[in-house]
Amino acid sequence: MSNAPRHDGWMRTTPRKSATFDDYAISEIRRAAATGIYDIRGGGAKRRLPNFDDLTFLGASMSRYPLEGYREKCSTNVTLGTRFAKKPIELDIPVTIAGMSFGSLSGQAKEALGRGATLAGTSTTTGDGGMTPEERGHSDKLVYQYLPSRYGMNLHDLRRADAIEIVVGQGAKPGGGGMLLGQKISARVARMRDLPEGIDQRSACRHPDWTGCDDLEIKIEELRELTNWEKPIYLKIGASRPYYDTALAVKSGADVIVIDGMQGGTAATQEVFIEHVGIPTLAAIRPAVQALQDLGMHRKVQLIVSGGIRNGADVAKCMALGADAVSIGTAALIALGDNDPALEADYQALGTTAGAYDDWHEGLDPAGITTQDPALSSRLDPIAAGRRLANYLKVLTLEAQTLARACGKSALHNLEPEDLSALTIEAAAMAQVPLAGTRWIPGAI
Amino acid sequence: MSATIDLKKTTTRDLNSRLQNESAAPAGGTWQIANVRGHHSVAVGIDRPLTIEIDGNTGYFCAGMNHGAEITVKGSVGQGVAETMSAGKVHVTGDASMAAGASGRGGLLVIDGNAAARCGISMKGIDIVVKGDVGHLSAFMAQTGRLVVLGDAGEALGDSIYEARLYVRGAVASLGADCVEKPMNDEHKEELAELLSAAGVTDVPVEAFRRYGSARKLYHFNIDNAGAY
Repeated sequence: MSNAPRHDGWMRTTPRKSATFDDYAISEIRRAAATGIYDIRGGGAKRRLPNFDDLTFLGASMSRYPLEGYREKCSTNVTLGTRFAKKPIELDIPVTIAGMSFGSLSGQAKEALGRGATLAGTSTTTGDGGMTPEERGHSDKLVYQYLPSRYGMNLHDLRRADAIEIVVGQGAKPGGGGMLLGQKISARVARMRDLPEGIDQRSACRHPDWTGCDDLEIKIEELRELTNWEKPIYLKIGASRPYYDTALAVKSGADVIVIDGMQGGTAATQEVFIEHVGIPTLAAIRPAVQALQDLGMHRKVQLIVSGGIRNGADVAKCMALGADAVSIGTAALIALGDNDPALEADYQALGTTAGAYDDWHEGLDPAGITTQDPALSSRLDPIAAGRRLANYLKVLTLEAQTLARACGKSALHNLEPEDLSALTIEAAAMAQVPLAGTRWIPGAI
Repeated sequence: MSATIDLKKTTTRDLNSRLQNESAAPAGGTWQIANVRGHHSVAVGIDRPLTIEIDGNTGYFCAGMNHGAEITVKGSVGQGVAETMSAGKVHVTGDASMAAGASGRGGLLVIDGNAAARCGISMKGIDIVVKGDVGHLSAFMAQTGRLVVLGDAGEALGDSIYEARLYVRGAVASLGADCVEKPMNDEHKEELAELLSAAGVTDVPVEAFRRYGSARKLYHFNIDNAGAY
């Protein structure tokens, strides 16, 4: 009698793909070999990172009293820039629109952001391309970014801004400068940036006229002198060393600190930079708050957190960890219509699919948002898109209020770390809240 | 209108507040600023044609974002003089520290002495005339405008330059990435003569200068040029 198996399937193992050399890694090796250039894309880190889903709220119970949903007040307003500015910014909701440039975005998209933010009672922010009439005209409150490139920077716009945001870095690329490839350098974009039309434009990563926080202190004083000490001065930092960076920002004289985690988006940067530099937003908040508390400046210098904020739970969790407000970029673009499944045929034609499209630098966005092509950008109706953004901002606010009331808080700002519990050891360590069901907070800041 | 502001008796805040206020300092007025003693941000953000004479050395960002005033500093200036200037004239009789005229969009900056590193960095239309030497990385990422150096230039002049035009009379220690020497044609001699004249230089022939600008090889990313960075 033979010992041979009766079925062919016994003779071979199932084909096994490497966890190390997975499909993406292999395709990237092939792409690199074929093109000789690194991959450039938009957006933030896409890989799985410890995030706000790893936290949960401890609703009111025997020892805490909840507030009635829909009946009892839960305030959402926030004032930014109370430290030195004569005219701080008053916002109805603690969700602001992050800096995104005209150039990377179409004029219609910038107008839509302004319309939506204004309807919702919050601010928008310029970007690495100067201030446009579309944006200033439709944004009740506009933060003017002061970037290393200084593209379009001028005294008139500086004085008609409501706040100034000095950009030291951003979460997608702490330590990196901007990038806008030639396809998007239209005549108007080139004129605003004082650059030749159609060239690949790589903006600086360091400011031209100051280095280090001793210089920055003098720069901030100059900006205040230029604007009669009226405007709040924000300082935006990519999350990498949040404790020390926050402390130095306070020392430099900032009114508001913006910490952008590695999920924060960019218009275009090397994939390797986006995925491998910086720390997750979740890990950046507590060290920044700790620095403010150690200096006696928590709530005096306001903290805005950004990078991967998607829903009202994320907003509420940021605030419970000590932020005064959050900022959204990618989510705002999605609300405008970015990556809309209704455009699937167009995405397929570009070799991608709705939900994954990130070649924003190529200027071929079928949604008309990350493009300078007049035919494509005219697809975006700024009024309807602005309405969608306003709706989304309202939902974020309502969701955050729902969670705050459940924790018995009459203001979003009253949320605190004690309201939170962590579902993973990593999140417990990063957010410095106990692992669910334990009193254990791993690590120490 | 003519007045003197003494910074021993008042603050920089008061000084700038007065000069920026059109009713306090209407166009055409002449102002003297005394006892500057290295203060930062002196005479910044002036958007009218005022004539301002600053007596002494200033700190950082003197005449920052100037938009129309004619400002003379009788002394030396700290970092970032006339940064992001868009119109007017700034004249420094002494030396300038780093980043003179940084990101300037227009107007004329004249430095009688030397300028330190990164003079004209990110310049966007400003004209700069330095009668002495300039330090390393001057005209770094210079976009448009003209930089004239009567003395020598330090290392990596015009690194990653775009469309700015550089004229140097003395020795250039080295040129930065994508910066090359270019021929001096009649149009260049003409514009150089105008710049020298505007800076009050009348005894130096334009033939003594060499012109530098962008090779434009790095305008579009090409992997074969990666070694240039």
